[in-house]
Amino acid sequence: MVAQRLVEALRARDDAGTWHVDVFAEEPRLPYDRVQLTKYFEARDADDLALGDRSLWADPLVTLHRDVKVEAIDREARTVTDRLGRTHPYDELVLATGSYAAVPPIPGTDLPGVFVYRTIDDVAALRGWVEQKRAANPARPVRGAVIGGGLLGLEAAGALKALGAHATVIQFGSHLMDVQTDLGGGQALARLINAQGIGVRCSSATQVMRPHRRTGHVGRLEFADGGRLDVDVVVLATGVRPRDELARAAGLEVAPRGGAVVDLACRTADEHVHAIGEVAAVEGVCYGLVAPGYAMAEVVVDRLLGGQATFPGADTATKLKLNGVDVASFGDAHARSEGSVEVVWADPVAGVYKKLVLSDDARTLLGGVFVGDATPYASLRPMLGATLPGDPSAYLLPEGAGAAPQLELPDDAAVCSCNNVSAGTIREAVTQHGCTDLAGVKACTRAGTTCGSCLPLVKKIATAELEKAGITVSKALCEHFALSRAGLFEAVRVAGLHTFSEILDRFGQGGRGCDICRPVIGSILASLGNGHVLAGEQATLQDTNDHVLANMQKDGTYSVVPRMPGGEVTPEGLIVIGEIARDFGLYTKITGGQRVDMFGARIEQLPLIWKRLVDAGFESGHAYGKSLRTVKSCVGSTWCRYGVQDSVGMAVRLELRYRGLRSPHKLKLGVSGCARECAEARGKDVGVIATEKGWNLYVGGNGGFSPKHARLLAEDLTDDELVRTIDRFLLYYVRTADRLQRSAAWLDDVEGGLDGVRAVVLEDSLGIGADLDAAMAEHVAGYEDEWKAVLDDPEKLARFSSFVNAPTTPDPDLAYVPERGQKRPATPAERGVLVAGPVLTVREPQPEEAR
Amino acid sequence: MSTTLAGLTPVCRLADLAAERGAAALVDLPDGTQVQVAVFRLHDDEVLAVQQLDPYSGANVMSRGLVGTRGGEPTVAGPVYKQVFALRTGACLDAAGYAPVEGHDGDLVAYPVAVADGVVHVGPPARP
Repeated sequence: MVAQRLVEALRARDDAGTWHVDVFAEEPRLPYDRVQLTKYFEARDADDLALGDRSLWADPLVTLHRDVKVEAIDREARTVTDRLGRTHPYDELVLATGSYAAVPPIPGTDLPGVFVYRTIDDVAALRGWVEQKRAANPARPVRGAVIGGGLLGLEAAGALKALGAHATVIQFGSHLMDVQTDLGGGQALARLINAQGIGVRCSSATQVMRPHRRTGHVGRLEFADGGRLDVDVVVLATGVRPRDELARAAGLEVAPRGGAVVDLACRTADEHVHAIGEVAAVEGVCYGLVAPGYAMAEVVVDRLLGGQATFPGADTATKLKLNGVDVASFGDAHARSEGSVEVVWADPVAGVYKKLVLSDDARTLLGGVFVGDATPYASLRPMLGATLPGDPSAYLLPEGAGAAPQLELPDDAAVCSCNNVSAGTIREAVTQHGCTDLAGVKACTRAGTTCGSCLPLVKKIATAELEKAGITVSKALCEHFALSRAGLFEAVRVAGLHTFSEILDRFGQGGRGCDICRPVIGSILASLGNGHVLAGEQATLQDTNDHVLANMQKDGTYSVVPRMPGGEVTPEGLIVIGEIARDFGLYTKITGGQRVDMFGARIEQLPLIWKRLVDAGFESGHAYGKSLRTVKSCVGSTWCRYGVQDSVGMAVRLELRYRGLRSPHKLKLGVSGCARECAEARGKDVGVIATEKGWNLYVGGNGGFSPKHARLLAEDLTDDELVRTIDRFLLYYVRTADRLQRSAAWLDDVEGGLDGVRAVVLEDSLGIGADLDAAMAEHVAGYEDEWKAVLDDPEKLARFSSFVNAPTTPDPDLAYVPERGQKRPATPAERGVLVAGPVLTVREPQPEEAR
Repeated sequence: MSTTLAGLTPVCRLADLAAERGAAALVDLPDGTQVQVAVFRLHDDEVLAVQQLDPYSGANVMSRGLVGTRGGEPTVAGPVYKQVFALRTGACLDAAGYAPVEGHDGDLVAYPVAVADGVVHVGPPARP
């Protein structure tokens, strides 16, 4: 994690490209987020834990060597040797080897069934073991124990519970999380954890782990007090040790409790060797949290670039949600400062424990502990070391019991400790850098981009600053409509309006619309089923491409894409397309969505081309619309050796169902016939991946400018469940998304996020399921091929003339040159001075009328 | 319409134009040259014309842009890169972060239009 941060920071700051970085990773994966390790149980996908933008690893100045552990350092020669025996030279070396899970000196830790909790592989092995144990004895639950009642131990216990196993936490100390909380907090935590069905055993020293008589697997724990516990699986979570073996072998100084000793510049005694993160002992102290590690990475980057940064010391404040229980602490949680006083609010019935540690005059905030309700943490932690206005107990009372004084954070108060962003920096993002929303502030400052726990506070500060500046974040579409797209959609739907003029009269602010609101209303009217998009006044709403049902290219000609559902096409179909492209002199290319694109069609040629396509059974591919584009598929179980479901059949069914559906932005779907995912479905707005039992449904993926992997919405759906779920997902998106908002961004914005969407489409939490189902049924029944309808209507056909006074005369300025056996538009240099007209026409207009 | 038709060329009937959309026309000017003009029929049947060449893409496409208003004044949006132009003057109101293609002015040339007996006439620009 800290190595990833180092590379990211270096590439962001090293504008001159001075440094080339080789990163050696022992694991075969891209760097991932260990803090979120427990999430792996939910997502079951290592990609969801990936850190940062993966394009970082494609940077030519960065080389990531995965699964290539470094075995030795030669400081004299300034080289490292990897496990394959290759040597790599370096100018500067940074150790970021992290730590390994400590194994306590208890006999029996080597028995099968004893695990540590550190890497994705550990977690995967633990899951495999629990599943195997359950299969061996389905009659009773799998019994698990976790040695260690700290943060990691409680996470591991939660993970065991999530796997359906019983879990008991064994804590050597007097209470849970004894590093972060005091006795009262730990006891409150134990009650809350107990209530979740997790056992807690404090002040318990495990003496030995005994094997099961028959299996030889771990079977029983024996404690110093004579107690025993039967187990099927044990997780060791008794802390971590720095992985400093490379530093030791290289003769570098190592701290008494491990860790390569570095100074405040994160440099070892060898000026060309640095250490950051959990392997570094900064002035002898190791830090097991991610935020100090990130700070060290930034220090080294600054030094590499000639700066003088030093490690600022660590903020060991912690806030987390363990198995649904809020736990937070900061500063001097144990009240060890001389003369300090404690103010405590404890409510065992509600399961809440809150404590503030204050200076002897009860005015300066020194620390705090919150269990069960961490609401005050976000506003109090940045006040560490500052004078608290008012009565301290006011901050601890339950909400509604009396208003706590409003806190105005000082500019130097740290808000995001992961990325070291202060309140002042967030205010500047608004006042100096023109950010007008949370997304902008996040991008500008990086606040809230790592663990996200400070986001509510970031939003609050940014909003307050915006209000001060007199900026209300307007959702108005444009000068003609004060409503957002979602608001307008609802308004039009409920009012039952069917034309642009009606909508302008009813909801407009004056004027005749513009290039922003007209296409939005065109899309809304189309989504609500108002007939052909070029019928009557609707034609005036369609953007350039929709108006002629083709995609305009840079020279003003168009590309033509017939639909090929699921990417399936017959030989006869391909021959027709080939003949048409040849007869009209069109450039042909295969699209990313598994169909054929024909370029260079002039506006007056479009109906002639489409007449031949429609006669051959093709229909519009809607490549021009903010609408369903394609449903990409792999070949699936009908032909593929590995396929488990008929992905092409499902893709065709989905494409024929949703063709013509207008949406806030383009929509792409994908269907893969097995977990190998050859259709790249997780890069789509809706991705469907076959399982042995049915289909997994992923939503919110896209390629493009900021690629996103789709996230799991539902598992093991039958064909009909899948279709109904996609129906509702798509229509919920169509109705509530903003203008030009892809499904990924919508999922971030929509009420409740992915969970909220799941509740709406799977559990019908808004009670709109039947309405959405009916609306989709209406869409499916009302579908007609837009191009066929144009060919049948002389009035619509009249729009496809090159000139109103010379309808079949080609634009005289078009010019092409041959390239690789086809044509392409001539460049300005090739055509001489543009305004002088064509100097080079390689293809005479085709005699298409003679067909 | 009382506008004099001297020097103006008949292009099409008003009925040939769809309201709130544009159409391209080939116009022979009195000096013997031929230009491509984009002709727009507004909501109230007023007709306006600007050059067909989009200075931001170099393509002859202005007639295919979306018609609208800004502060009540009629506009057209460039079909390729979405600049907004005033239809009466041709002035570019919003360059959308783009620069015109080399050798082109960022504003459009506006052409005088007169509608007489249901026929649309277009003439040479006041200042070429």
